[in-house]
Amino acid sequence: MLEDKDRIFQNLYNDAGSDIASAKSRDDWKDIKEICKKGKEWIINEIKTSELRGRGGAGFPTGLKWSFAPKEIGSRPHYLVINADESEPGTCKDRDILRFEPHKLIEGCFIASYAVSAHKCYIYIRGEYFNEGKILQRAIDEAYEEKLIGKNASNTGWDLDIYIHYGAGAYICGEETALLESLEGKKGQPRLKPPFPALIGLYGCPTIINNVETIAVVPTILRRGAKWFASLGRPKNTGTKIFCISGNVNSPCNVEEEMGISLKELIEKHAGGVIGGWDNLKAVIPGGSSMPLLPKQVCDNIKMDFDSCVENKTGLGTAGIVVINKDQDIIKCMARIARFYKHESCGQCTPCREGSGWMWRMLERMAKGEASRDEIDMLMDVTKQIEGHTICAFGEGSAWPVQGLLRHFKKEIQKRNNFDPLVDKSKKIPYLVDQHLLDK
Amino acid sequence: MNIKKISKEQPNNFEFSFANLENAKKIIQKYPKGKQQSAVMALLYLAQKQNNNWIPLSAMKYIAKFLEMPYIKVYEVATFYSMYNLAPVGKYFLQVCTTTPCMIRGAYKLVEVCKKKISEKESQISKDGKSSWMEVECLGACVNAPMLQINDDYFEDLDPGKLEKIIDKINKNESPKSGSYRGRVNSEPENIRKTLLGNKNA
Repeated sequence: MLEDKDRIFQNLYNDAGSDIASAKSRDDWKDIKEICKKGKEWIINEIKTSELRGRGGAGFPTGLKWSFAPKEIGSRPHYLVINADESEPGTCKDRDILRFEPHKLIEGCFIASYAVSAHKCYIYIRGEYFNEGKILQRAIDEAYEEKLIGKNASNTGWDLDIYIHYGAGAYICGEETALLESLEGKKGQPRLKPPFPALIGLYGCPTIINNVETIAVVPTILRRGAKWFASLGRPKNTGTKIFCISGNVNSPCNVEEEMGISLKELIEKHAGGVIGGWDNLKAVIPGGSSMPLLPKQVCDNIKMDFDSCVENKTGLGTAGIVVINKDQDIIKCMARIARFYKHESCGQCTPCREGSGWMWRMLERMAKGEASRDEIDMLMDVTKQIEGHTICAFGEGSAWPVQGLLRHFKKEIQKRNNFDPLVDKSKKIPYLVDQHLLDK
Repeated sequence: MNIKKISKEQPNNFEFSFANLENAKKIIQKYPKGKQQSAVMALLYLAQKQNNNWIPLSAMKYIAKFLEMPYIKVYEVATFYSMYNLAPVGKYFLQVCTTTPCMIRGAYKLVEVCKKKISEKESQISKDGKSSWMEVECLGACVNAPMLQINDDYFEDLDPGKLEKIIDKINKNESPKSGSYRGRVNSEPENIRKTLLGNKNA
């Protein structure tokens, strides 16, 4: 288990308060001027050495992302945008950072803005986090009052303004380019890449977009050294991570742990174990609803970091762990996730807009045992038609959980839906999904 | 994609109150010159707050003029995002999260309570005109499941009995406390916390 002194978010459970005085007692804003004095190059290199990877789901190396920003400010200003549109089912880590450690985030915003030469930073918070936004705004006001940000922020000669922008309940706005569209006052529909936001982003200007947790760990990394951060976890999967453990466990919770901790230890030690005991475990979604689920035999041994998850055909994602025990109907659980994606598809790309609805309706019928034997392969086919055929990664996010279900629980679906199509003739029409509507 | 119903009964006029006019001007200042369109989401939200928690079409037209953008662009935004109510909702607007992490901890039992105590169908205002409810997707408080949002506040770690008590309270115009209803602190593991104990006991 990680030692308490190595935990970055000391106030994760709000034992001490989120105001600036208590934040400073936790070393926030300490030596900020000295850190900036070491220069942009040094900051970016230090983050590269720490091997910090983005905590928003994709796990892209943060230092590398920052180095994509143009070195000098040209005719267009640079922007830093913080993605606090946390809506991945199973994930609620950013919420606790926003309300209990806002100064870590603001300080991180300042350092990152300085490193990528941005004078303006927007924090995009999901609209439902209204109270969390209020706490963050208070913290921003405190930082302005103490001249930590604003004109000549922290006496570094760098000007920085931080603004909050509220979303309004669209999951897709967590996708970085959809988020930019939303910030510009449009529907949140993702843009084609390239061009990448680092060169053409918000208002057509160079923009760096990072997740809340990524930015909030930056000040501590610089203060304690990249080597310290890299010494936790294993190469390419370094540092600590906030895990959100929800679902059928005795004590669901958020906890900061070392990367690469075993899933079993995480569930048994911190979350009080699976309801009904470890043997009652059915499956675990390891990284928020977009990531394929894992059956119990994999859960017995898997370590929670980016690369181990990929080796097991899933992903660490946001580290939102949803535990599902044998009392639940796994097909129904995944049908509900499919409904989520059907609801949240932005409607821009046809495979995703239509396919997400197909998957949902098929799974609903499979849960009830109303689908035919053939449809199981057809469902797999639908997921393959969506995956890789959309502008953004939402297509994968909606297809992967269904693929995970089919990969590990196909037998269970077959058992429940073990009969021939109602209309044999229609077998020739492979994409007739709603066969049950035809005359019997 | 979800399809939103727009209220058939629409007021003819909408104008920001004096206070909201000031707020709106302040919000526009956050964005660069000429990019006032960025403020459309925040302004729609102000309009919603001013107009009993729903946005009439006249408000969209007003905001379009205010921000010098086409009406259809405001309409697009208002219909795209799920938090904008385009038809009247109750004074107390209950949004029950029913996505998988909440579902497996019993969110549909909360839906049953809403059906019993508020209205049979979602988005239907209760007989006393006070409240309405709807199912929503993940609200981002999964470790405190099942939970729901009433206006701006989160009510966490619920069960049907506790929700009934909350609804009874709002029916009496009392404001029930938000947060966890199992008495635990925020998102810490209940009773078995093993980390940061030095801070807890400090």
